Amino acid sequence: MGSGNNQAEKDITLVTGVIGADTHIVGNRILSLGLEEAGFKVVALGALTPADEFVKAAIETAADGIMVSSLYGQGELDCRGFRELCIEAGLEGILLYVGGNLVVGKQDWADVEKRFLDMGFDRAFPNGTRTEEVVEALTRDFAARAPRAKGKT
Amino acid sequence: MTAALLIDFGSTFTKLRAVDLASGEITGAGQGPSTVATDVGEGLTAALSDLESQMGTLPEFKHRLACSSAAGGLGMVTVGLVKELTAEAAKQAALGAGAKLTGAFSYGLTRGDVAEIEALGPDIILLAGGTDGGNADMILENAGTLGGSTLTCPMVVAGNRLAADDVGAILEAAGKTVTVTENVMPELGTLNVEPARAAIRQVFMDRIVHAKGIDKAAAMFDRVLMPTPAAVLEGARLLSEGVPGKPGLGPLLVVDVGGATTDVHSVAGGEPTGEGVIPHGLPEPHLKRTVEGDLGMRVNAQAIAEASGLEALAAAAGLEPERARELLDGLASDIERLPVGEDEKRLDQALAEAALKIAVSRHAGSVNIVQTVTGPLSVQTGKDLGAVHTMIGTGGVLAHGDNAGQVLRQGLADPAEPRSLRPKAPELLVDGDYLLFACGLLAEKEPDAALTLGLKHMHPVRGNPG
Repeated sequence: MGSGNNQAEKDITLVTGVIGADTHIVGNRILSLGLEEAGFKVVALGALTPADEFVKAAIETAADGIMVSSLYGQGELDCRGFRELCIEAGLEGILLYVGGNLVVGKQDWADVEKRFLDMGFDRAFPNGTRTEEVVEALTRDFAARAPRAKGKT
Repeated sequence: MTAALLIDFGSTFTKLRAVDLASGEITGAGQGPSTVATDVGEGLTAALSDLESQMGTLPEFKHRLACSSAAGGLGMVTVGLVKELTAEAAKQAALGAGAKLTGAFSYGLTRGDVAEIEALGPDIILLAGGTDGGNADMILENAGTLGGSTLTCPMVVAGNRLAADDVGAILEAAGKTVTVTENVMPELGTLNVEPARAAIRQVFMDRIVHAKGIDKAAAMFDRVLMPTPAAVLEGARLLSEGVPGKPGLGPLLVVDVGGATTDVHSVAGGEPTGEGVIPHGLPEPHLKRTVEGDLGMRVNAQAIAEASGLEALAAAAGLEPERARELLDGLASDIERLPVGEDEKRLDQALAEAALKIAVSRHAGSVNIVQTVTGPLSVQTGKDLGAVHTMIGTGGVLAHGDNAGQVLRQGLADPAEPRSLRPKAPELLVDGDYLLFACGLLAEKEPDAALTLGLKHMHPVRGNPG
């Protein structure tokens, strides 16, 4: 449970995890703690999480967003079809963020970002993004959405 | 002498065990037919006179406690949301309560699903779905669907806490009998099956025993406390955990190779024992029961042959495949058959060995190698039973077979199958007097005597390496 005092975030549930055969857990843990601190309810799946487990966790917890981390350069392969998986599972409107070392080698970030947005992610973040930036983006994105009927009675 | 009478109303026999509470000794055993279809008291009376003929006179019993698997056992259907999450947790809760799981559903119930459940005619339905504060739509929708069905059985609700009251109200308004209890999965990846198990047991005691007519002979005993598999599981728990001042056997496994199914009970944390092994997936309940519906010595003898391969089964029995096939065909049409002659005995031995090996392999966890950028990684799903101290065989073929040790050894870890996390070097014991159920029934009221009884009467198998 978040210790934050931001009332608006209290009812927002986010699923976090590191996708694929990726064992880099530290950055994701810092992000998860930061999100809890900001008042979000965080369901942390940790490292080595297959795409379908993000989706299943989001269904069971009625999550509002999924935060996918990828640090080992294989993110583009692992994340392919992620939005489609969500749509298939009835999570059409769910907010999808991705961040980390998303690709191998030096590539233009704008180009990388575009590729992930084209895949259906709402936002992509390069390695080194501060948690505060992510929280700001989340706050803006959720404010812009009409409160979704998510079955939380 | 202060004595207790423990009763198992089985599907074929009514079995009695008389126990001296001061010494923890078994003082008599009696058996009668199962007469639930007519009057449960008849079988019990017959069993009591059998017991009396052994003991001379029957003592005054301080407790007369019963369990039952008669009249089909406790038939249950479970409903959850995601198959691998709350639906799995609901299954675990039902199995742990000693139920015979006849159907397990996930996501939204369709009209076809409801028709199927109506046809199954379960004794209890367990309805779960959503973590606390998570998805509420699905369990509410499923409650509406079940409410509109012709089902009259009691329902236990163990889903999203925020929706539970509404779910209960919907079902009650539809005229159903409802018990609302804690969520089987309050947080994602956290199992909480004990409250649901307790609720199921309460419904069993309060309603199912009556519905099945087992309370007809109510004056002859105190109470039917639980289904028989739950009593065996409670017995296993007591033997493992011990009581204050008297330690138990530690992590253990109980295997029951029956005529229709093979049950495996583990009382163990199952944490990884290998170095650097990372656990993955849903945490495992400390007290876990699995039921292999395709592995039974009689009803499912053919299925065992299919699972292990007829050639391999025949070879293990030292029979020609044609001869094994012929005997298997005979067993299917004569499910109460006791082995006659050398060939049938050898086939029975091979069937038991195959059933036990497959059942323990399915109950035990496994470890898989995942290739990562930083090198290979061992990931464990399910329980690591490698460090289990004790493996106990119970039930017909293990209690009465000539070579229980050979059967039990099939469940041990095999260096040729390093991914299967079966017990490495447990002591092998046999519940030759069929007492585990009695230990489980006594566990609550007389834990010391129950533990003494169990520890004294689980016998080491011959040639035990431990």
